[in-house]
Amino acid sequence: MKSVNSHQELLKILPHDDILQQCMHCGLCLATCPTYDLTKMERSSPRGRIYMIKSVARGEMELSETFAEEMNFCLDCQACETACPAGVKYGRMVETARVVVDESIHRQKYSVKLKRFLLRNIVASRKALKFVSGLLKLYQKSGLQNLLRKTCLLKLVSKKLYEIEKLTPVISDRFSDSNINEIENPDGKSKYKTAFHFGCLMNTMFADINQDTIDVLKSVGCRIITPKDQVCCGSLMGHNGDMEFALKLARKNIDAFLKHDYDFLISNSAGCGAFMKDYAHLLEDDPIYAEKAKIFSSKVKDVMEFLAEHKPELELEPKPEPELITYHDACHLAHAQKITSQPRDVIKSIPGIKYTELDEATWCCGSAGIYNVVRYDDALKQLERKMKNIEKTGAKIVLTGNPGCMGQIKFGAEKFDVNVEVLHPVTLIKKLLS
Amino acid sequence: MFEKKNFTIMNSNTKSKLKSLVGDTNYFDSYEDRLVYSYDGTPTLHQMPEAVLFPQDEEQISQILKLANEEKFAVVPRGAGTGLSGGSVPVENSVVIVLTKWNKILEVDEKNLTVLVQPGVITGILQKEVEKIGLFYPPDPGSLNVCTIGGNVANNAGGLRGLKYGVTKNYVLGVEMVLPNGDLLKTGGKNMKDVAGYNLRDFIVGSEGTLGIITKVLLKIIPKPAKVITLLAYFDKLTDSAQAVSDIIAAHITPSMMEFLDNTTINCIEDYVKIGLPRNSEAILLIEVDGKGSAVDEDSEIIKTILQKNKASLIRTATTESESLQLKTARRTAFSALARKKPTTILEDATVPRSELPIMIEKITQSAKQFDVMIGNFGHAGDGNLHPTALTDERDKKEIEKAHRAFDFIFNEAIKLGGTITGEHGTGLSKKHFLEKLAGIPGVEMMKKIKSVIDENNILNPGKIFTISPRCEGSLPIRREQIKDL
Repeated sequence: MKSVNSHQELLKILPHDDILQQCMHCGLCLATCPTYDLTKMERSSPRGRIYMIKSVARGEMELSETFAEEMNFCLDCQACETACPAGVKYGRMVETARVVVDESIHRQKYSVKLKRFLLRNIVASRKALKFVSGLLKLYQKSGLQNLLRKTCLLKLVSKKLYEIEKLTPVISDRFSDSNINEIENPDGKSKYKTAFHFGCLMNTMFADINQDTIDVLKSVGCRIITPKDQVCCGSLMGHNGDMEFALKLARKNIDAFLKHDYDFLISNSAGCGAFMKDYAHLLEDDPIYAEKAKIFSSKVKDVMEFLAEHKPELELEPKPEPELITYHDACHLAHAQKITSQPRDVIKSIPGIKYTELDEATWCCGSAGIYNVVRYDDALKQLERKMKNIEKTGAKIVLTGNPGCMGQIKFGAEKFDVNVEVLHPVTLIKKLLS
Repeated sequence: MFEKKNFTIMNSNTKSKLKSLVGDTNYFDSYEDRLVYSYDGTPTLHQMPEAVLFPQDEEQISQILKLANEEKFAVVPRGAGTGLSGGSVPVENSVVIVLTKWNKILEVDEKNLTVLVQPGVITGILQKEVEKIGLFYPPDPGSLNVCTIGGNVANNAGGLRGLKYGVTKNYVLGVEMVLPNGDLLKTGGKNMKDVAGYNLRDFIVGSEGTLGIITKVLLKIIPKPAKVITLLAYFDKLTDSAQAVSDIIAAHITPSMMEFLDNTTINCIEDYVKIGLPRNSEAILLIEVDGKGSAVDEDSEIIKTILQKNKASLIRTATTESESLQLKTARRTAFSALARKKPTTILEDATVPRSELPIMIEKITQSAKQFDVMIGNFGHAGDGNLHPTALTDERDKKEIEKAHRAFDFIFNEAIKLGGTITGEHGTGLSKKHFLEKLAGIPGVEMMKKIKSVIDENNILNPGKIFTISPRCEGSLPIRREQIKDL
């Protein structure tokens, strides 16, 4: 029985029994889990999933479609990690379980192959991503998008495709890798040696935010190195069952950055920042990269984390229109990086600001990497909840530090007809730089 | 090859009857679903049910119970599954009835200060809802953000505020439940006084799902205290903290909470919350006083003086509501945070009369040394309810055995001091072995007689609290007796 042997080989990549055993099934995670909240069923809870993973790892339970479904139903938002007093690393467990599912029972699935192909060959390849983005831009600028949307032609093909099409982000006019110089010097005296990771999606779809980040960093005295040979951080692959490829990208980034001299590596995308901070852990058994990864990860900082420490150096004009502003925590900032107070501190320190707290601010918006595309209906339920909370605040601007959340909430504002502008905090700060 | 553990006892005919009773979408019997309802929050106990049911109304529950009587299978009710005595762990040949979807607050009566809820309402959510209109539901078990009112009533849950405000039973005005024979019992109501017949309501509270399945609960709510002061006192010596507690009680002050944490617990919590708890202190006390303005200030001053007299090395006062909440939330994570040291944390809740607290704390320290187990100790010092927690690994059978020996010792000492084996977690599976020692033979016999009259065929949560007939119950997971034979 060859398949069984390879299954058992595969199971070895699941976390060691000592780590799985750490969950003492107290259930304190249940209240924070968006999927458990939807179904009220134990199998959709972190505790239930860990119990299932443990049974699979111990060879007591077969890999099944139900198992696969629950692993993929999880948003991997890691709110349960924040809630877990015992310090169980749930995210890693579910991610490795996804690898096992994708490599075994779903190995022949068309959607798994396609997902892997797209992530490996389009998202991770800057050339290909720029090419596809170019096509998308053409689609958006030529009027074809408008035509399709107005005529609802896609609806005839597939209702879901018609809905998902609306998630297509607006492609930036110019991409960051050509906009941003490899070395950018500060406006005044050079005080901090920083490096910048411009991301894959940020590069083509949110190039303006990258530019804003550079401008804001320059204003507080940062000299910024942006290596041209940097690559995608690998998080989308890592979270979606392709850790092998993610680690390849990690090594490339380590090589690209560590040849430069810097103290802080700034990221403006929560997902990338979280994953790059995790390189140290992911590569701890790599004989060549373990030490380098440790150094690399120790320097990674989210842009708001960095700015919170340099608030006094931000010289801002008071905000002219006193609109109400709120903040949505990206899961990969709040739960993966435990950064919640810093962005709020910075935002509240902006002169002339009216800030209001968002109910359930740390509850996932449903974006969750590519979850909103591959599990559109499930994601929509989380989004609806998020939009209701945003609407309740009466805020005209919602700030959030992750491209995925930004795209999702923009889509939600349109879909649920909520009059709110979605901005990255650095964009707001950039506008007010004196 | 995979070890097949997927055998079932229940015949497929019974299963299809159950399925048609609740409908396809509310019936689950896959291996996965049975697996994830095989446990609750209690360490080391697990047993797979035959099926998991989400009934939609009282009538369906009634039908399930009638069928259980006919076909002789067991029914185990379950809320969020955060219990700590195995109360909702399935038994052999059983189905689990899950009530988490029954989560509506049906009525808030501001004139009578009552609230009518379905059993699946989460305790913390109920509290937030009533606090919005200036009212207060005091019982606050550690798992309040997850656990359900149905489970709270079934286990007579306590919590941090028990000292001043009492426990769940002090707030239950009425209960509706489906009896084991399928009848719907309604007892109690909005009357503040009611002596018509036996007091069935209080009898149901704490019956651990052995007498019926709770479907509605009427709760008393009270006005929210106007002012709250939260204090945190550090102690270099464990015994000083215990003496401080006794002195505060003796000074005729009733704080709303008085929580004790030992050094092991402090360090595990600090690892999780990182709020600057004193890692070197032997103990801390978290004290809260609430009520009307000036009285609260006076009480807190007296308490501070007593704390100082008992050599508290530092006394912190929470300056904001969020700081106070942070401290209480940190305390509530104690049990789970202890799992940072070792994966299997066996938590007990031996309780003694308050005057005996210093002795009990000493006995617990002694048991850890004597039986060579790591024990973290914390608990509701103000009401004598301690939570000594053995830090073990269930895969190490010898260690588990040592832990159980230590607890045998602790329970015996508690009983000697006039205490009890469980203050708020319930007897369930994990403490039934000790019940006779505490309640005496006549007491346990009376309980058994009541159970056998109400539940003739012993179908509802059998084997919990006490054993009636091994015939229906089958073999139970890891009992103390079995452990001793190892």
